[in-house]
Amino acid sequence: MHKEDQPLIFELSTPGRVGYSLPEMDVPEADLTDLLPEGFLREDDPELPEASELDIMRHYTALSKRNHGVDSGFYPLGSCTMKYNPKMNENVARFDGFAHLHPLQDESSVQGALELMYDLQEHLIEITGMDEVTLQPAAGAHGEWTGLMMIRAYHEANGDQSRTKVIIPDSAHGTNPASATVAGFETITVKSDKNGLVDLEDLKKVVGEDTAALMLTNPNTLGLFEENILEMAEIVHGAGGKLYYDGANLNAVMSKARPGDMGFDVVHLNLHKTFTGPHGGGGPGSGPVGVKADLIPFLPKPIVTKQDGVYKFDYDRPQSIGRVKPFYGNFGINVRAYTYIRTMGPDGLKAVTEYAVLNANYMMRKLADYYDLPFNRHCKHEFVLSGKRQKKLGVRTLDIAKRLLDFGYHPPTIYFPLNVEEAIMIEPTETESKETLDAFIDAMIQIAREAEENPEIVQEAPHSTVVGRLDETTAARKPILRYQKAE
Amino acid sequence: MKHRYLPLTESDKNAMLESIGVSSIDELFSDIPEKVRFTGEYNIKKAKPETALMKELAQMAAKNADLKRNTSFIGAGVYDHYIPVIVDHVLSRSEFYTAYTPYQPEISQGELQAIFEFQTMISELTGMEVANSSMYDGGTALAEAAMLSAGHTRRKKILISSAVHPEYKDVVKTYAKGQYIDVVEVPYKDGVTDIDALKGMTSEDVAAVIVQYPNFFGGLESMKEIEAIVHENKSLFVVSSNPLALGALTPPGKFGADIVTGDAQPFGIPTAFGGPHCGYFAVTGKLMRKVPGRLVGQTKDDQGRRGFVLTLQAREQHIRRDKATSNICSNQALNALAASVAMTALGKKGVREMAVSNIQKAHYAKQKFKENGFEIAFEGHSFNEFVVKLNKPVKEVNQKLLKKDIIGGYDLGRDFSGLENHMLIAVTELRTKEEIDTFVKEMGDINA
Repeated sequence: MHKEDQPLIFELSTPGRVGYSLPEMDVPEADLTDLLPEGFLREDDPELPEASELDIMRHYTALSKRNHGVDSGFYPLGSCTMKYNPKMNENVARFDGFAHLHPLQDESSVQGALELMYDLQEHLIEITGMDEVTLQPAAGAHGEWTGLMMIRAYHEANGDQSRTKVIIPDSAHGTNPASATVAGFETITVKSDKNGLVDLEDLKKVVGEDTAALMLTNPNTLGLFEENILEMAEIVHGAGGKLYYDGANLNAVMSKARPGDMGFDVVHLNLHKTFTGPHGGGGPGSGPVGVKADLIPFLPKPIVTKQDGVYKFDYDRPQSIGRVKPFYGNFGINVRAYTYIRTMGPDGLKAVTEYAVLNANYMMRKLADYYDLPFNRHCKHEFVLSGKRQKKLGVRTLDIAKRLLDFGYHPPTIYFPLNVEEAIMIEPTETESKETLDAFIDAMIQIAREAEENPEIVQEAPHSTVVGRLDETTAARKPILRYQKAE
Repeated sequence: MKHRYLPLTESDKNAMLESIGVSSIDELFSDIPEKVRFTGEYNIKKAKPETALMKELAQMAAKNADLKRNTSFIGAGVYDHYIPVIVDHVLSRSEFYTAYTPYQPEISQGELQAIFEFQTMISELTGMEVANSSMYDGGTALAEAAMLSAGHTRRKKILISSAVHPEYKDVVKTYAKGQYIDVVEVPYKDGVTDIDALKGMTSEDVAAVIVQYPNFFGGLESMKEIEAIVHENKSLFVVSSNPLALGALTPPGKFGADIVTGDAQPFGIPTAFGGPHCGYFAVTGKLMRKVPGRLVGQTKDDQGRRGFVLTLQAREQHIRRDKATSNICSNQALNALAASVAMTALGKKGVREMAVSNIQKAHYAKQKFKENGFEIAFEGHSFNEFVVKLNKPVKEVNQKLLKKDIIGGYDLGRDFSGLENHMLIAVTELRTKEEIDTFVKEMGDINA
């Protein structure tokens, strides 16, 4: 072990120490061998650590110090909407009446939880302009797949078995084609035009009688609004297909344009993005799906309904695609999103979008003199630069990202979308102040200067983190995926 | 607009608009065609100040009968367990919960190392070589195991024991529909998978046989026998396991399982009305490169310092796109952290002690029911759940129990024909002798 390494909890373990206080064993104990069939009593204890409570707290505190979150500093990770995670949400989600409910207890004893779910559904219906919403999907990708399964069920119910293809722009998130595959579809790619938007002529070429749906993010992953959305809807609907909205970028258009009004038939939302459920280091998320009326019969079951002031789960949905998750979704994240929506209100949500877009455009204009801007027009909540100019100097986008670490920033999303060379995708969000944006802009300008004057400092970055660039090749070739006690 | 989450002032705004070269924010939205432009404000509830909203939501929460104020005997895949207080203190370190997926390893070592430790703990408990960084929950993890099996064996049929959690079975079926895979249920007999029926149903076109251990009724499957039957046809042996039970029970890995999945909710994760929980996914070394979701691996930097990275990413959706075998992206990282802290706090001794306490207390409760004239539906060995036959509908009994601040067990009649008036009862380490005795007495009064 290197002297700077944080030991693994297993390396800190000392036999005989405990970190727990279990309830008393107050019932008469039977002989365990009588209670289990032969061969079922575990022989070797699992090699779990043995540590005192303080040992454990220090270990995880040390780990937390080796981690960067939104609360640590600016996090302009494009397409991820790393906005402030309100502390109030955390308090509300921890109320006993939300955190300690069993999903299968009698409906009469969980009316408050059902009320929250129902009201959240109603709010999301209004925000998206759809007709009904399910809260069941656990994350964005899960919502995509749920939505596509519903589209498949819809076509099949119409006797339309030949609609086997889903059209996806080349700028789409990787989850889109993966979700289409997992839902049993074949993926067709539609090209972007020189303005970074879906090429209408190419779209006309690829739609047809085999089109099940077009999946689209609007604004797209370049942060650009698809201006021809109504024409696109007409082309897809005209061919008998459905329009799917990937809500990853909803923060850009809340109160400005609703997917339902743009012609979309299905939409998923990432409550952990636009609606401030924290990202948690990779999850949990929540990916509700909204649909137009003709797709309602296919929603996963159950749905929360309200009759005469009483809330209940409706399981009687014969055309439902079935369950996509045990129970009712990531309720705890839905509580946080609901708290946020109620905190902001209609005027607040409108301001969120306006400031998110203002912040992004401000940064884009400030940086356009120093980095290539492939699409020169107003962006929405995020924008994509290209590190082409720096690449000629021997500095790659990866180097720029690593150099930003030395300034205390989480870097932007890099090398995505795939249709921009050396892409740098920046999403500031509305919760950042002008001072924060200015400081980041200065850092980016300094790095652009360093690329010209002193490229090594960028190429060899980071210089200030607890580890340097790690050997990912060896990690993949000879995977070590768990701790093994030294012999 | 003034709001505590929105820092831009009027003068900031004006300076920024000027710098962009536009006269209003509206101009920045001029690319949205008028026809689809939303004007005005959403017709949703008005914003409320912090204190007023807190109060409203606290009142909403108070309408629910929570497990803190009531005594719970319900399980069915989600359990009321001891959560060491330290868990929430670690989770509240916002360096963890406000971080994204650790794609930038240099500033994500904390999260990556915590997940590496999680993977190790799950491998240890399940007796498997490799575990991933988490899945959404036990149900979707099981569905992904079924999909992996079909892809790996190039077979299109899954046999699933009917003694698997009914909601897990439903999820497996929904996923299978997507991939054009057949799912066939193997009947149960005396509360466990019917071995003779299974023998008759296995064949060379079966990708996997799925059982739950302990199963949905709390019973213990004949793991050895099932393993032999499954592997005879080179099908994969997939086991869904409550990881707490594996503190005391022989792990599925020892019984020759190929894939073990489940939910780590019993470790440090509140019931939370069904989610977020924490699916886990463990496999043999042979299947390592087919695992869905994120994997954390150990490596070094150029100065020899140990570090952790997301690895084997060529399996994942953001690289493979439409060739990916799973679309999972976000997982349940924060819940995996909760489970890690709980497993660490319990440690080697505590996990066994807690598992044994569940066995003992559930056994005591089962005996009490018998002594009080109740019929126990299945006589076999069990972990922390068992089935009691009632004279009345379970819903009716539960509503009466609620009046006594008791949350009764699960109504098996909802999912299993022939098990109407059967209650699945869970007794964890949290239940005291007194609570168990009271429960049995109340049940006796109601059932009379």
